[in-house]
Amino acid sequence: MKIKNQPRLPGRYVLIILSLLCLLLLGIERFTDTGGPLRIIANYTVVPMQKGISYVGMWISDMSDNFETMKEMQKKNEKLQKKVDALTIDNTRLRQEQYELERLRELYKLDENYSDYEKIGARVVANNGSNWFSDFTIDKGKNDGIKVNCNVMAGSGLVGTVTEVGPDYARVRSIIDDASNVSAIILSTSDTCMVRGDLSLMSDGRLRFEKLANNDNKVEVGEQVVTSHVSNRFVQGLFIGYVSEIEVDPNNLTRSGYITPAVDFSKLQEVLVITKTKQDMVGGK
Amino acid sequence: MKRKLITLVIITVCFLLQSTVLRKFAIGNICPNLLIIVTASLGFMRGTKSGMYVGLVCGLFIDLFWGGLLGFHMLLFVLVGYFNGSFQRLFFDDDIKLPIGLIAVSELSYGIAVYFFNYMLQGDFTFGTHLFQVIIPELVYTILVTLVLYQIILHINKRLEEEEQRSASKFV
Repeated sequence: MKIKNQPRLPGRYVLIILSLLCLLLLGIERFTDTGGPLRIIANYTVVPMQKGISYVGMWISDMSDNFETMKEMQKKNEKLQKKVDALTIDNTRLRQEQYELERLRELYKLDENYSDYEKIGARVVANNGSNWFSDFTIDKGKNDGIKVNCNVMAGSGLVGTVTEVGPDYARVRSIIDDASNVSAIILSTSDTCMVRGDLSLMSDGRLRFEKLANNDNKVEVGEQVVTSHVSNRFVQGLFIGYVSEIEVDPNNLTRSGYITPAVDFSKLQEVLVITKTKQDMVGGK
Repeated sequence: MKRKLITLVIITVCFLLQSTVLRKFAIGNICPNLLIIVTASLGFMRGTKSGMYVGLVCGLFIDLFWGGLLGFHMLLFVLVGYFNGSFQRLFFDDDIKLPIGLIAVSELSYGIAVYFFNYMLQGDFTFGTHLFQVIIPELVYTILVTLVLYQIILHINKRLEEEEQRSASKFV
């Protein structure tokens, strides 16, 4: 046993002191900006470690991909070749339509093209370790021009928005998170609705949409949903997903249902960040 | 000093594992809560004070990287550390029932607290779905991982204690 020669604080008092400290921090946080210096420290200590681990993981999964057999590769190649052919045909057709569109746009003097946003690529380095939230950390930050409220995409679909930026990292809240709300429109009818993340749908990666007006416009399963023009955080025309279920609400005024997102949220590795926020675009004009 | 450093390394490693590698092993999008295992087991191995300090550091990590408000998880984990630390007198190395029971209780109350403050206070009263979608699966998975991780922490703690005793007897 140790000999106690100096008076030591009993555990109860330490508990009270630490609890008060936490409550104080909670109170301070309520009124000031989040984190501050602590987040800067984190940027140079923990985030690099996370980057290291996820790069090693990526390298290992690349290695295991190398061991695919020749036969599988040939089969895949054949399939891809067929796809290339089909896409080439599609592409030529679309290009013709593109010319037509440009011509018509010129006639209409519509100079803004919503589909071309400036993007930068980033890697997902860490996920949220708790099961209550769905967000992740990417390896680019303020130094690469990322701001809070930048929209994040993967492939062709919307993933989420940046909620917090450090010098070399940013945290992205995905649209399947329980706290996420996206204002959206059904592409074919241009009716607006709200797309909400839901914790109970998070595990199967689905989204819920609500407040779609119950009017004469028929909305069918499989229709595309994109971000709307009225949202103040999401730029217009980003693809969210397809309607998978739809029904009229008991109040008979609105419709709601489920959306299958275009992005597989469980396998995110690389994402694209749109460096202009909606505020920039609206304020700039 | 050495003990503090090693504890910090344990916490950091568990935190990094949980946010990167363990997501790949998630079952049904649920991954185990390593930090609560660390806080609870160091709590009942070393007493209330160590438990609270470990909880404070774990909570700080969570709040900075995964949570929203700085201080919320810190408070929860300090309480978890204190609760487990108060069982130090009942704790014996060779008995695994008490650690598993304590970790399960900590995990369950942590889950309920998170639900209460983050969801119920925002008007989301579907406790059943949250219980069966998140809290219970996380509890089961955490207990499974405890069987392995607890042995590792126990081993490290034993080695540290032996070393401390040796150096203490040298001075006498």
